[in-house]
Amino acid sequence: MKLEELANQSSEWMRGQGPESDIVMSSRIRLARNLSEFPFIRKCTPKDRVAIATSVHRALDSLPLSADTEYVDVAKLGDLDRQFLMERQLISHELSESQGARAVILDPHERFSIMVNEEDHLRLQVMQSGLDLEAAWQRMDQLDNQLESKLTYSFNKRLGYLTACPTNVGTGLRVSVMLHLPALVATKQIDKVFRALNKINVAVRGLFGEGSQFMGDFYQISNQTTLGKNELALVAKVREVVPRLIDYERKAREFLVNESRQDLHDNVSRALGILCTAKKISSEETMHYLSKVRMGVNLGLISDVKIPTVNKLFIHTQPAHLQKLCGHKLSVTDRNIERANYLQLHLAKRPENEIN
Amino acid sequence: MKCQHCEKPATFHITELTEPSGPSVLHLCEEHARTFLSNEGTATPASALSSMLAKQLKIKNAAEELATADKKTCPICGITFADFRKGGRLGCAYDYIAFEDDLQPLLVNIHGSLQHVGKEPSNQTGSPERQHRIMQLKLEMKEAIEKEDYETASRLRDKISEVESGNESSWDNDALEDLGDDFQSDPPIV
Repeated sequence: MKLEELANQSSEWMRGQGPESDIVMSSRIRLARNLSEFPFIRKCTPKDRVAIATSVHRALDSLPLSADTEYVDVAKLGDLDRQFLMERQLISHELSESQGARAVILDPHERFSIMVNEEDHLRLQVMQSGLDLEAAWQRMDQLDNQLESKLTYSFNKRLGYLTACPTNVGTGLRVSVMLHLPALVATKQIDKVFRALNKINVAVRGLFGEGSQFMGDFYQISNQTTLGKNELALVAKVREVVPRLIDYERKAREFLVNESRQDLHDNVSRALGILCTAKKISSEETMHYLSKVRMGVNLGLISDVKIPTVNKLFIHTQPAHLQKLCGHKLSVTDRNIERANYLQLHLAKRPENEIN
Repeated sequence: MKCQHCEKPATFHITELTEPSGPSVLHLCEEHARTFLSNEGTATPASALSSMLAKQLKIKNAAEELATADKKTCPICGITFADFRKGGRLGCAYDYIAFEDDLQPLLVNIHGSLQHVGKEPSNQTGSPERQHRIMQLKLEMKEAIEKEDYETASRLRDKISEVESGNESSWDNDALEDLGDDFQSDPPIV
């Protein structure tokens, strides 16, 4: 599997299918695990890091899942490739930017990835399009069981799975749902949502995780605690918040339509118009207008663009993706031109250009 | 009410609880609130953690207690509690045992719990207590060899392979009971 092949395909979380996928982009579950015979990452020698990567690679080779996965040595990748994997959310910023032996194990369908030598020795993540946390947890549980049969995890009866940061100890589980909330932003209700979420101990992050801005009106919500509740209870805790958010967003969309369907129609059509005709455009501006277009399509105001296309454009217009897709490095100015070309090619009213 | 940073109306009223100087109230417009909230997001978990720790230790402990806690060193990985406070990351699994008293209030603060519930690995030989035990036995064996007490050394060698293979039964549970007595679940403080 080459990274270039990934660039042309739609990853699981961009498919735009599954329950509530007009608002819920994806469901995601991650587990933090450490191998008992090594210190945590901050005390690992370069030799330890190599030994960890080797034992994970060896364990993987003895498992059936190795047949369909790719072990990628991240330390050997160039800047562009690392950024590309980050934009696809297959690796984290921390894994991309740290030093020393580190790796990622990729599922060709991008339904899971396993990071090696990130903040913890192992970070397993499972992705699912739409709102389907239970399915995501089941796949994660199986993946974890397979690895666990070959590796000895650091575990203690009282504190559970032991992690480098005490915020992850216990289950090591982070359950997150990525939502597209453009109407809550447009109606300035998003602050209420923040407050409501804070009260119930759920964290909010941007599209690219910790520290990323709320670009394209995407918000990720996830559990803040990992110790004291079992995995299914933590899944349920995040799960029960989601219908409320979906409901708020739908009400806000309804409000926008009722207030002035014509204004809204004008607004989303202009957004599409800019994306279809601009000659140079930044990533931020693209996300801003794509968000409006996505809502317009979901409300039936724009009929000739499909949701999977819009989802894919959010990622394909990111800097590393553009460069991967055109096959060479580009300056910022050239990227803005290339981005405008790319958008036109995929959004102009020619159905044969629809990407799926 | 106007935003504290511009002329727009303040639609966000945020009470910041984690300021070292105590709770403070912010009145912000949407734009500034967004910047504020996203900056909060950019603060690394490590720095958030160390500020939480700093606050907690300030409330709970006098300066001398903090100094004592800071000097505690993990016998396995060698980091001090001060090292952890600075970086927000532990050095090895045994730190959870070595710094137990000092981590306990932090864990309660973060999770509102001190007892794992949920999945367990089928292979439970990876406990930090066991790692520590093996290290101790190896030290004892080294001493015995230095003293040319080969009988003891050989006994210790057998013991080590017993512990390593996970066949030693009793000590693990005893050790856990010693550790687990004074735990109780409190609601989070923040």
